[in-house]
Amino acid sequence: MSERGELEVSVPPGEALDLPPRPPARRITLNERRAQQVIATGGGDWAEVTARAHAAGDDELMVVNMGPQHPSTHGVLRLVLELRGEEVVSCQPVAGYLHTGIEKSAEYRTWIQGVTFVTRMDYLAPLFNETAYCLAVERLLDVEAPPRAQALRVLLMELNRIASHLVWIATTGMELGALSMMLYGFREREQILDILEEITGLRMNHAWVRPGGVSQDMPEGTDDKIRAFAREMRAKADEYEDLLTHNPIWMERTSGVARLEQERCIELGVTGPMLRAAGLAHDVRRAEPYCGYEQYDFEVPVAEGADAYSRYQVRVAEMRESLRIVEQVLESLPSGPIMHPDPKIGWPARLALGPDGLGNSPEHVRHIMGESMEALIYHFKMVTEGFKVPTGEVYVPVESPRGELGYHVVSDGGNLPYRVHVRDPSFVNLQAVPDMVVGGLVADVIAALASVDPVMGGVDR
Amino acid sequence: MSSGSGLEKLPGGILVTTVEKLANWARKGSLWPATFGLACCAIEMMATGAGRYDLARFGMEVFRASPRQADLMIVAGRVSQKMAPVLRTIYDQMPEPKWVISMGVCATSGGMFNNYAVVQGVDQIVPVDMYVPGCPPRPEMLMDGIIKLHEKIVKGEPRSKLVLQEA
Amino acid sequence: MQPPDAIQPVLTGLHERFPEAGVQVGGHRGEVTVELDRSHLVAVATWLRDHPAARFRLLSDLCGTDYPERPDRIAVDYHLYSLDHNMRLRLKVRVSVEDPHVPTVTAVWPTANWHEREVYDFFGVRFDGHPNLVRILMPEDWEGYPLRKDYPLGGVDVQYQDAHVPPPDTRRYKGGWTST
Repeated sequence: MSERGELEVSVPPGEALDLPPRPPARRITLNERRAQQVIATGGGDWAEVTARAHAAGDDELMVVNMGPQHPSTHGVLRLVLELRGEEVVSCQPVAGYLHTGIEKSAEYRTWIQGVTFVTRMDYLAPLFNETAYCLAVERLLDVEAPPRAQALRVLLMELNRIASHLVWIATTGMELGALSMMLYGFREREQILDILEEITGLRMNHAWVRPGGVSQDMPEGTDDKIRAFAREMRAKADEYEDLLTHNPIWMERTSGVARLEQERCIELGVTGPMLRAAGLAHDVRRAEPYCGYEQYDFEVPVAEGADAYSRYQVRVAEMRESLRIVEQVLESLPSGPIMHPDPKIGWPARLALGPDGLGNSPEHVRHIMGESMEALIYHFKMVTEGFKVPTGEVYVPVESPRGELGYHVVSDGGNLPYRVHVRDPSFVNLQAVPDMVVGGLVADVIAALASVDPVMGGVDR
Repeated sequence: MSSGSGLEKLPGGILVTTVEKLANWARKGSLWPATFGLACCAIEMMATGAGRYDLARFGMEVFRASPRQADLMIVAGRVSQKMAPVLRTIYDQMPEPKWVISMGVCATSGGMFNNYAVVQGVDQIVPVDMYVPGCPPRPEMLMDGIIKLHEKIVKGEPRSKLVLQEA
Repeated sequence: MQPPDAIQPVLTGLHERFPEAGVQVGGHRGEVTVELDRSHLVAVATWLRDHPAARFRLLSDLCGTDYPERPDRIAVDYHLYSLDHNMRLRLKVRVSVEDPHVPTVTAVWPTANWHEREVYDFFGVRFDGHPNLVRILMPEDWEGYPLRKDYPLGGVDVQYQDAHVPPPDTRRYKGGWTST
């Protein structure tokens, strides 16, 4: 050992270098005294900040600011790290750089318009936001979407889950050095976006799920495209596993890094792949099924390692399970309406592709203009005023790619929501980051943050 | 050969141009963006830089993390009140010449979020050279904006300047 | 939708164990809400987390709602989930704006840390005993509590030619625009 405690490795001539075993990350529990020293650095003098940190006594301590503009923080997250050399002594995430006031804006738009706000929170998995919101509104209304709508919701949600995990594996690979993963992940994602565009009309932020059902049906020929994609995706998932799973560099960077044991996960409210990687097979799709998930046969992948590598394994396995669900949905897709028949609730337009683009179907226009005054009134009221939801409050969770996404919706009986609160999984999972990185190295902060898979739109809303 | 880039070819294959035009052509040919992806538009920006809608053919696939090495700031996403000073800082750290593309409606005008939390248009903070609407704009739309910006650069038009008025 | 049977022993036990807590049980659409006084919050929370029939180990969500018509305006909701029994419960604590103090539950569920900061940020509720009660999503020096009903939506006035459309804050009519 040298004076500063570094391990000196000398290689005898002719022998291979045996790397010293990686020291286990020492877990220091969240230091509440540190948490009280809030280093509020909103544009203040950096010398003051460091002086305050040094007042704690340690001369070797560096205060380093990571973000909010940073290529590896998965969006606008700011981490104020206190480092002693390469070792992280404390980490404070500062969020709020993407706060959009969506929850307040939703109180000033109708229930249906709320879908467009809510879809932009977790922008990598917008369909989950929409579905959860619509399920909450439907529960307040005490209605259920027709079976075909529910099956289509499941289909698109699972495709969205695969797309979200692809972005995760692309950005994580890029941040940890596997640059080609970025291109592969986005290449597959483009195929999913093609399918989503064909069904919903948009690549992202679809506003396709509406309270009472969905707004557009699946066009002809899309199911063949999805099946072809599913076949290709399996092969590609094998390719990704070939590239990463037994890759020594990947294993070095992710095994044993960012450990968060199951008990601590539950205390911190962490759900989703992080909890499943810690050994607990908890999935809202199994525990509290919605949209007909109980009819599909899928497994909930679980890993035991509770580190970044296990989370990688869980997410890749989830991609495969989602493919299974997608194929099952296509097999058993029921026919029928895609929107609730009650004209006081269901979105009135029956959209169809005409010579001048997508618009109200000619039959629907003929019906409301020529045949039924009542239908015209309902259409008008639905579009301008929306429907009224009975007084009450509900909490509806769904399983988003990041964890439990819950919607607490309160209604006062009017046509505008009274309160829409979103329990975003990234917001809660981000709380776990200090626990995971303190005691480790700076490079492991990147791996830890990547394995949490935060989406700042959901964190900040 | 002579359209747009201002380069003329003499017989014998020798190019003659002004230094200005050559500099502009070089600038537009390798305009390095600074990573300023904020929200959903950032994902579409990443998709534009990925395999299918390739930004590398314009010399722009290197998204520089450090603003000191970048020429172009693509503000992709909604700018919240807390992020606004950071945006200005990053803009100030970029060396001249620099351009700004405001990508998406949230950066252009606050988008659908007309409320207390979102800055209603990033041109309140930095001077913008190209506005690309959309929520989020398709990769093709972003590329169209970038190509129009290239044309602006090549023509050597005076860049937008933020005129600060005395109160 | 009916609440699960497993919740009934929890509610009975709650009434027996905390008779003075002013526990009121309500429910809507199959969900159970327990409204109680803030002084007993931590004791009830600990009991709910530890008692074997309840075991609500996961605090899913902690959020606030502003009901300006009531004197105790701000309702703080705790959404609990029991992994062992697969059931959910909502706790509700109401406070007024003049005395917005609620004891913190970070000792019971550490995940409440950021959630309580968010409720403080948006509603002004002070959580007594919280290790680090500062604003989380708004800038640190922001004044006002945005999600209260009397806080304006903000934004810019949209200009239309030959028309004036009032800002959305003033356009809110309870019960709908065109109906009785």
